[in-house]
Amino acid sequence: MRVWKFGDNIDTDAIIPGRYLIHNDPAVLALYAFEGIRNEFAGGVRKGDIVVAGRNFGCGSSREHAPLALIGSGIGIIIARSFARIFYRNAVNVGILPLVCQRADEIPDGADITVNLNQHTIEYRGKEFLTEPVPGFLQDIINAGGLVAYARDLEEVQTCTGSQ
Amino acid sequence: MGATIVEKIFSLRCGRKVRAGEVVMAPVDRAMIHDITGPLAIRNFSEMGGEKVFDPRGVIMLFDHQVPADSIAAAENQAFMRMFAKDQGIFNYDVHEGICHQVVMEKGLAAPGEIIVGADSHTCMYGASGAFATGIGSTDMGFVLKFGSLYFRIPESIRTEVSGKFPWRVGAKDLILAITRDIGADGATYQAIEFAGETISGMGMDGRMTLCNMAIEMGAKAGIVPPDMTTYRYFEGRRAVTPVDLTSDPDAEYDGRRTYDVSELSPQVAIPHNVDQVVPVEDVTGTRVDQVFIGSCTNGRFEDLAEAAEVLSDRIFSDSVRVIIIPASRDEYLKALRAGLIERFVSAGALVEAPCCGPCMGGAFGLLAPGEVSLSTSNRNFRGRQGSTEASVYLCSPATAAASALYGQITDPREV
Repeated sequence: MRVWKFGDNIDTDAIIPGRYLIHNDPAVLALYAFEGIRNEFAGGVRKGDIVVAGRNFGCGSSREHAPLALIGSGIGIIIARSFARIFYRNAVNVGILPLVCQRADEIPDGADITVNLNQHTIEYRGKEFLTEPVPGFLQDIINAGGLVAYARDLEEVQTCTGSQ
Repeated sequence: MGATIVEKIFSLRCGRKVRAGEVVMAPVDRAMIHDITGPLAIRNFSEMGGEKVFDPRGVIMLFDHQVPADSIAAAENQAFMRMFAKDQGIFNYDVHEGICHQVVMEKGLAAPGEIIVGADSHTCMYGASGAFATGIGSTDMGFVLKFGSLYFRIPESIRTEVSGKFPWRVGAKDLILAITRDIGADGATYQAIEFAGETISGMGMDGRMTLCNMAIEMGAKAGIVPPDMTTYRYFEGRRAVTPVDLTSDPDAEYDGRRTYDVSELSPQVAIPHNVDQVVPVEDVTGTRVDQVFIGSCTNGRFEDLAEAAEVLSDRIFSDSVRVIIIPASRDEYLKALRAGLIERFVSAGALVEAPCCGPCMGGAFGLLAPGEVSLSTSNRNFRGRQGSTEASVYLCSPATAAASALYGQITDPREV
């Protein structure tokens, strides 16, 4: 699957500029994804493509429009050396899988990679890179297909109980 | 083993000892939504099967990013939220009060020991009152609206001890920019930053808010100041709160400790395009500026406006620069109005707008053309944050902003 490569500290203003936050539909937000930063993204991205980035991907604003713009673009997986906290959780909640990979920098733009979710590996030109497992309580949300689906089946929650 | 302030808050609210690193489903005291993130949160709440919010009095709603509505789509978002508020019995501050974070603070809606979430990253500002407050996305907010609780990973803390007296025309904004430079844009990811020491004890709530507001710029989950007499005095006339002991234990475990002495600190400026790219003002004096913005949740309070007015004195702003001044809230606006600051600014050539996020949001007004330079007292200088991705944004204190607005170029406030 084709890789769209980005650098460090890609903020949520870069993913979706503030002036488009009046929209809430992923398909509409996708028209403006990375506008001004990478103008060929919106027109060129295909379903199943993967975003790969450096450190601190998704820093800044808590706007969920950012992962939604990527969902609307057909992105299901983001690989980065590290993620900003709010974006990471938003991505999981809306059904994008954020994978931490310390060697993400070795994957170039346009690369064709294979992600093996069960083995926690990424294959690129015969090389194999490890991805870090998602924390347990988020794995349940991923398994449910996002937080909305997870919460729809919940009648109530027990507060102050722990989780791993 | 002792506990940090954050561990104490979660232990208090959970009724058992909770340590950093644990994941707990914790009760939320209050949840804030605004015109940008609110519509999605409400939609998610409904899709989760939510019918009644966990507690209508626990939901804070207001509009501040695009007010008054600047497009039909923005107006529709606000109309949708008004209807939800009416259906649910939620009090809606609507467009009347100002920037969400300032309003939460001045209405006394974030008290020591409380857990507050907001669908906005700068929610961390309420740590200034000794609350644990953090920004979340709209789906997490939908969950909170339904259940009144959320999974939290209890963050480790970084302790920042600050000593010394600020030099003339140097203050909290310069300190937090210097701290951001040192910790870095992701240096506190998933952590809380505690601000303590004699300088913080002597600092007013306005400065504490400026510090905690920018914790997110280091990736932090929260910023927090131990509540003291200054905190409890702030609540007088706002809300009756019972003091709680939230001082960190001397043997609490930290991920890191930093000490600062501000007595030699110079005015600091964050240069494009990251908040941790910070230099002393001396390094960038003379940089041409097209627009100066004094406002935002970081620096739009009365004290900030007074600081700018003191630098301005009876002079006028350079006619080569557009000066936009926006008080953070209606209360702050009234204070500035009564003190004569608004008249002073308007006479000097500034545009004074009604309380809102203004150019900081980069979506409403005050946008930049390619090649233009903005100097702003707000919190983010990301590429494209205030308009064109080919424009530049510098961040600074109200004093530096006012001094620079006098000359149309970045200017050291100690030299005007």
